[in-house]
Amino acid sequence: MEPFALYFATILTLAGIYAALTLGLNLQWGLTGLMNFGPLAFVAVGAYTSAILTVGGSAQHLGGFGWPWWLAWPLAALAGALLALPIGAISLRLRADYLAIATIGIAEILRLIVRNEDWLTGGPLGIPGIPRPFEGLGLPWGQFAYLALVAAVVAGLYAMAQATARSPFGRTLRAIRDDEEAAKAAGKNPAAFRLQAFVLGAACMGLAGAMLAHFFKFMGPDALDPVTATFLVWVMLIAGGSGNNLGAILGAVAVWALWAATDWLAGQLPGELATRAAYVRLFLIGLALQLILLYRPQGLIGERPPRPA
Amino acid sequence: MSGAATAPAALAAEGLTKRFGGFTALDGVSLAVPEGSITGLIGPNGAGKSTFFATVAGFLRPDGGRVWLRGQEVTGAPPWRLHRAGLARTFQIPRLFGRLTVAENLAVAAPDQPGERLPRPWFARRRIREEERALRARVMAVLERLNLARHADAPATALSGGQKKLVELGRALMSGASLILLDEPAAGVNRTLLREIAATIARLNREDGITFLVIEHDLDLVAELCHPVHCMAEGRVIASGSMAEVRADPTVAEAYLGMALEPDAS
Repeated sequence: MEPFALYFATILTLAGIYAALTLGLNLQWGLTGLMNFGPLAFVAVGAYTSAILTVGGSAQHLGGFGWPWWLAWPLAALAGALLALPIGAISLRLRADYLAIATIGIAEILRLIVRNEDWLTGGPLGIPGIPRPFEGLGLPWGQFAYLALVAAVVAGLYAMAQATARSPFGRTLRAIRDDEEAAKAAGKNPAAFRLQAFVLGAACMGLAGAMLAHFFKFMGPDALDPVTATFLVWVMLIAGGSGNNLGAILGAVAVWALWAATDWLAGQLPGELATRAAYVRLFLIGLALQLILLYRPQGLIGERPPRPA
Repeated sequence: MSGAATAPAALAAEGLTKRFGGFTALDGVSLAVPEGSITGLIGPNGAGKSTFFATVAGFLRPDGGRVWLRGQEVTGAPPWRLHRAGLARTFQIPRLFGRLTVAENLAVAAPDQPGERLPRPWFARRRIREEERALRARVMAVLERLNLARHADAPATALSGGQKKLVELGRALMSGASLILLDEPAAGVNRTLLREIAATIARLNREDGITFLVIEHDLDLVAELCHPVHCMAEGRVIASGSMAEVRADPTVAEAYLGMALEPDAS
């Protein structure tokens, strides 16, 4: 029973971390129509910020501050926001596709920095020994407690995202997404609003990165894969229903469960087939995305305009 | 009359020029919209009327010339600043927020909403709910005037073309603007709705003191509503005055005749 419960907790914890990411992307894409193809960049900045601030000293990388996680996590969110600020300030005045190009570029640059700036990130060796909150409780309760912590963070982010989407601020974001010229005619400065939404979403992603690093207790360049840190997040948001915060969470949990289940299934296959199955899995997720876009473009639960007060 | 002569015009342009590459869309346009008037802007397709709107309202940067709003120079100011200064515009082809309801389309255009500024949406939710209730009442009042109240919670895309024009007008009214630029309010609208729109414009002018500048191809409607009237052709103002005077002007007849002979020119 216990191994099963632990496995289940692991899946749910990662699904929760993805939910934080997807909520961030929903603020950017679902609400504001911003194409961020580099969630990985903001995850990386958040993960390494929190890792460096909390680990013990080492000659292999920057560290030795030994801060508690509850101080480091808000700073990880801030780091995500600070990375988004210059990118957004430069590219959000231009056409929408420039942000897509800029974010892809930043994500790749960050991957290279992480791999090569050994003094900072430990290079390919990464940063081991990141403390996981509630580890002292031992197994399985420490793991359950961490799951509860992630769930609480996601609940908080959900409340923030809902309050944002339902406010006049959110209404203006949706207006700018639907028609920028008309939004200008309605007296809005689109670039200023977009920048706020972009930075806010990036902060969520930075926080998700911190939660990821402390869950793995390790952060290295191999933990940052564009497939899982960027592509999968988009699939989750589109499957769940972009524009809907609950849909974002639902999509994260459903797609992650599917991802984990196919991983387990692939593991049951004999040797060589198992390695090939990893690629089939990617192909299947891509196929699923195509089918969703064709037959249910609004996702599991689509956007609904909030009822008037 | 002497008061009208000394008061600054609601809107004045002087030598306004706009080029797109080698094409000169506005070639030194000077015209004034008297305070309290419904001024007409006519001219054949491609005369530069819509470009004039876009340049005056801050959507395009002029290459030359100056613009004044009630005696204040606003040349090159962005649309949101002009909106705050009391200038609103509509589009020739209605541009609504497609995934928003009709009521939301109007609510967006209300200026200075405290709930638009972070972090208030997170920490002042009760206050925002109250503000939203007051805003909803204002939106409904405008929708009543435009005969759209029963569509308030319908998605904007569900409306007919004419109703979309009314929503655009409603959005301009929500801004509290005292000067509204209307781009072809009657185009593609059936006769009944056209009468309704004309009556609404006249009433808003008379009762609310809103000044209008109207681009329109329906010359009978212009004759009925507008005074003065400016006629543009090839990026220039070629005649100004009452509709009768403009109609009688031989250059105006020539500009329209030139169009009639070249139906492809647009």
